[in-house]
Amino acid sequence: MTGDQTNTATSGPSGPYLAEGLPAPRPASDGLDEPYWSAAREHRLLVQRCETCGTHQWGPEWMCHTCQSFEVGWVEASGRGTIYSWQRPHHPVHPALRDQGPYLVVLVELDDADGVRMVGNLLGDPLQEVVIGAPVEAAFEDHAPDVDGVEPYTLVQWRLAAG
Amino acid sequence: MSEHTIRGEVAVVGIGETTYYKRGQSPDPEFKLVLRAILAAAADAGIPVPTIDGFCSYSNDRNMPARLANALGLPELRYSVMQWGSGGGGAAAAIGNACAAVVAGYAECVVAYRGLAQGQFGRFGAGARVPTISGPPAFTVPYGVMSPAQMYAMRTTRLFHEHGISPDTLKAVALAAYHHAQANPRAVMHGRPLDEATYDESRWITEPFRLYDCCLENDGAAAVIVMSAERARDVTDAPVYPLAVQQGGEYRSGATVHNQPDYATSSFKTTAPRLYAQAGVTPGDVDVVQSYENFTGAVVMSLIEHGLCTYESANEVLTADNLIAPSGGLPLNTSGGNLAECYMHGLGLQIEAIRQIRGTSTNQVPGARVALANAGPMVEVASTALYGSEEALG
Repeated sequence: MTGDQTNTATSGPSGPYLAEGLPAPRPASDGLDEPYWSAAREHRLLVQRCETCGTHQWGPEWMCHTCQSFEVGWVEASGRGTIYSWQRPHHPVHPALRDQGPYLVVLVELDDADGVRMVGNLLGDPLQEVVIGAPVEAAFEDHAPDVDGVEPYTLVQWRLAAG
Repeated sequence: MSEHTIRGEVAVVGIGETTYYKRGQSPDPEFKLVLRAILAAAADAGIPVPTIDGFCSYSNDRNMPARLANALGLPELRYSVMQWGSGGGGAAAAIGNACAAVVAGYAECVVAYRGLAQGQFGRFGAGARVPTISGPPAFTVPYGVMSPAQMYAMRTTRLFHEHGISPDTLKAVALAAYHHAQANPRAVMHGRPLDEATYDESRWITEPFRLYDCCLENDGAAAVIVMSAERARDVTDAPVYPLAVQQGGEYRSGATVHNQPDYATSSFKTTAPRLYAQAGVTPGDVDVVQSYENFTGAVVMSLIEHGLCTYESANEVLTADNLIAPSGGLPLNTSGGNLAECYMHGLGLQIEAIRQIRGTSTNQVPGARVALANAGPMVEVASTALYGSEEALG
């Protein structure tokens, strides 16, 4: 990671990538993924890593799928990866997206975490051509919805990285 | 052929379906639809309703066996089994669970069923209207990945990338389904043909899926009754034999946030070989195929993973002409399937496979002896059944 400035999806003229009003993420009631969401608020990307055998895994789980250890910890990932797959939704399936138009979703394989993948939006022109294998980097998008009972949260988005 | 098998031990004696409605248009509530389908299946079998003593369903069906047994006035309920989760992935598995009960002697006459009334209970295709979300969906929904099409589109993108599969294969699957629906008066899309230009000009739901690549959403119910092969011969002239049913998932098929190690898969790579081994048949013996279309891309993966074509041959084999009964080499989804007959969570596809063995399809493959019907491709736990005629038992 190269610091907050370059890794922050600024809320400049374009604002958040998707219109506000989609369901906001909240840590699971069993506490499993709380470290991830807390770190995201600090613009750090965490992923699970087994403290016994070193295997990274995602989504979060209580046990390491390689060695069955319960000692699954969290490590900070570099935030660099490549596009593994993508889609461009056009049809709005939620009222918040009624005037959104097409948007891009990418599945990103992290460079330094045993190939685990994360889902996010690809920042920039929603109609751009997307190339599987293209390098990307994480960009943190802060949200503070003015909705009762909804805490501020940060989404991890992706932008194309230089070669 | 495996030593332990249901092959020859159990038979489908009855099939029943309600009228199939567009989503939200059923005049009946869901539970009543299920009762209607069960009565229709019993009538088809020619058995008195009180013969039924067991129930199997899937996908968290809301219509509980105890309530069904009570409503139907059954003298005894001996077996009530739910296939866990995974959307329509349990359609074949529910029939497999019914067969297992009969073979094991837990019950003698078991119904596999599914009912859907989305007007009463809400839609599959709409995103959740909630202020917050937690657990695995928290890592996808806030990015606009909410509907089933959005959950599965990226597997198809990856299929194209890894194997050079053409998007034209998706179009072929859609055209074949709509072609077959035109001869099927039960089909919701009966009288509404689809041509290539209309497909090409149809709107994107989410690239790479167009409107016609996505299943319908419907109201209705369907039911299948199984009994021992011995008793089946007493009650029907047209027993159809489930040769094998397999269910399951590959290594970490249940990984969340799109982290299945093998991503561009319909989840049949481990179950299909076991299926054929248990049935004692090979892909070359399959005369007609019903392949669950949540989305057309999944059908392409499913056909490959069931050995009915290969990654290399798919672009040549999967053309509309070749998928149409009776002239095509690989007749596919001969009722119109989930795309054009009805989305009854895949149970309609199982019934169509049974109909093909009976010789009563509206798009009959002449002399069909072995039919394959799979369920729920790309989900965590998928399932497939092979059905055969008396002749196929050999």
